[in-house]
Amino acid sequence: MTGTGNVVTPLPFPTAARRELGDQQLRHNLRKATHTIRDKRLRVVGEVSDWEQLRVAGAAIKDDVLARLPDLLEQFEAAATAAGATVHWARDAGEACAVVAGLVRATGTAEVVKVKSMATQEIGLNEALEAVGIQAVETDLAELIVQLADDTPSHILVPAIHYNRSQIRDIFASRMLGVDASSLTDDPPALAEAARRHLRSRFLSTKVGISGANFAIASSGTLAVVESEGNGRMCLTLPETLISVVGIEKLLPSFADLEVFLQLLPRSSTGERMNPYTSLWTGVTPGDGPQTVHIVLVDNGRTDTLADEVGRQALRCIRCSACLNVCPVYERVGGHAYGSVYPGPIGAILSPQMSGEGANRTLPYASTLCGACFDACPVRIDIPQVLVHLRQRGVDDSRGRPSAERTAMRTMSYVMRDRRRYAAALRTARRGAAPLRLVAGRRGALRRVPWPLSAWTSVRDAPLPPKQTFREWWTREHSS
Amino acid sequence: MRIALFVTCVNDLMFPDTGKAVVTVLERLGHQVEFPLDQTCCGQMHANSGYRAEALPLVANFVQTFSAYDAIVAPSASCVAMVRESYPRLAPSDDLTVVAARTFELSEFLVDQLGVIDVGARFPHRVTYHPTCHGLRMLRLGDRPRQLLAAVEGLTLSPLSGAEECCGFGGTFALKNPGVSGAMLADKCAAVCDTGAEYLAAADNSCLTHIGGGLSRSSAPVTPIHYAQILAAR
Repeated sequence: MTGTGNVVTPLPFPTAARRELGDQQLRHNLRKATHTIRDKRLRVVGEVSDWEQLRVAGAAIKDDVLARLPDLLEQFEAAATAAGATVHWARDAGEACAVVAGLVRATGTAEVVKVKSMATQEIGLNEALEAVGIQAVETDLAELIVQLADDTPSHILVPAIHYNRSQIRDIFASRMLGVDASSLTDDPPALAEAARRHLRSRFLSTKVGISGANFAIASSGTLAVVESEGNGRMCLTLPETLISVVGIEKLLPSFADLEVFLQLLPRSSTGERMNPYTSLWTGVTPGDGPQTVHIVLVDNGRTDTLADEVGRQALRCIRCSACLNVCPVYERVGGHAYGSVYPGPIGAILSPQMSGEGANRTLPYASTLCGACFDACPVRIDIPQVLVHLRQRGVDDSRGRPSAERTAMRTMSYVMRDRRRYAAALRTARRGAAPLRLVAGRRGALRRVPWPLSAWTSVRDAPLPPKQTFREWWTREHSS
Repeated sequence: MRIALFVTCVNDLMFPDTGKAVVTVLERLGHQVEFPLDQTCCGQMHANSGYRAEALPLVANFVQTFSAYDAIVAPSASCVAMVRESYPRLAPSDDLTVVAARTFELSEFLVDQLGVIDVGARFPHRVTYHPTCHGLRMLRLGDRPRQLLAAVEGLTLSPLSGAEECCGFGGTFALKNPGVSGAMLADKCAAVCDTGAEYLAAADNSCLTHIGGGLSRSSAPVTPIHYAQILAAR
């Protein structure tokens, strides 16, 4: 079933990117933040002598999970149910939101506290809860900033990466209830303290917690959340009811598999050797923590993705966001240009597959295929390969419809498959360019050429072909 | 050993001097080079843009043209990456496997196959080197081109900051996303200018056309040059 919710970009990527590129402050913030995390990641990855073997192991475990996903999901459901949890299944975003809203309403509460979770962002849970009169309070610092600003996340791990601290200070001063705006500075400890005060009463009084999960252990029915701030631990332990929204690809076969992923994830995401808080829970423990535990397993386009032999490797993703931090395109435009909650290189291959290409057809082209993402990926997702594969799927799907690009590609392919046609075309290009030398600048370069190559000269000069092609030179040299 | 030059279509039309430079260097080292005239384009632009069906005849033409040679040498990292990394996915065959394994980017051929670092060149200029993405991350050329340049008499190699970052070319990316491409280009040009080098060398004339176009637009005093042409100079 096709995925719905916040995985569909409303604008074509080039249009959205143009909007973001105009924001100099954004570019400065992104460059600073991505380079800082990038350098930290390189340092801590360099410390691990068997990093490449860990990547191979991570990919192999995830591929095994994907190969027997139906069996493992049933195993997980049985184990979690036996441990006292209630397991729900949702085909798309709408179904998942309806299940969660129904569960919250049944508790009679009008407020929930949330652990940072991509799955709930993906299905648009906060908006869905708001529509039925339930307020969802984000407790991760960056998610809180984004929520207070009435904005959307722009990064998988660092949702407020597009703001600097003085912008965050202004958001807190104007939007955070009870904060003393006149004395609030942009000193990070002061901002953290303000957020801590704002959240503390919520943790202590709210009856329902909502989370995602980084991993779900099939053999035991255990869920795991990895975090840095401790807000997650609060939400997972203090409320009476805990509802976890989990993508069906989050499974690992057994507890022992965490060994690999708890090494790969923190080093790849925050650039830390180990994350500060790792919470694991299995159903209900009488007298300890939430006494009502629900797990909502969400498909939302994942089964469609799994059906594609090349594209399915995107489901190995553990949401570390290392690919975002090394991506030269992401660094220039930020996450909002991608529309979907999954931005950057992984988003460019995940969002179109989850939603069906139609809506997201420009995303696979939002890359130079430079390959930095593949090198950084802890589970070896060959993102450039999948990007090209999705471009191919798009081209194949639109065969039969007229397009200037297709005509050009077909013509060039026809000309270039034969040496005589090819040589004649080179001659024609060389001769055709000859009069242009009269208008070319000092370096023999053109400042403006007509459509469709005008996009080239919008930012750079275009060269002219010399008076002789290589093959003309070679043939003349070797004619005697 | 029968050595064939695969000049690539971009070099054939736009940068014949790069092809001539490869011939000069290999002949100086005592090898004879052939140029099979049946060669055209490797099909990279078609394949990377999603036009697999249009790329396949070009793959077939490449395999047929070069199957008789012991080594196929090309002055383009991205075209060699296309042959070695992408061809086997597009159209796997036994003939293809053999030809792909014998296709080398110039620096691989010089350093690994011929065991040569000093090719007897002289180029008394300050040069900076941009490692293009497909050479860096698909072929893993590593230090080979820089080693060859460092051995050139009179040449001063200036380090390029952020060298491993993409210049923003990306084939049709430059046309489909001109804004982002231009933003990446501006940063690359600034880094190149900061080196104080007279020449910017690389293993791909396509990337150099893009960066060179940016340098030319801002009248920067840096000349783009394929590193093969530096190795041919004396």
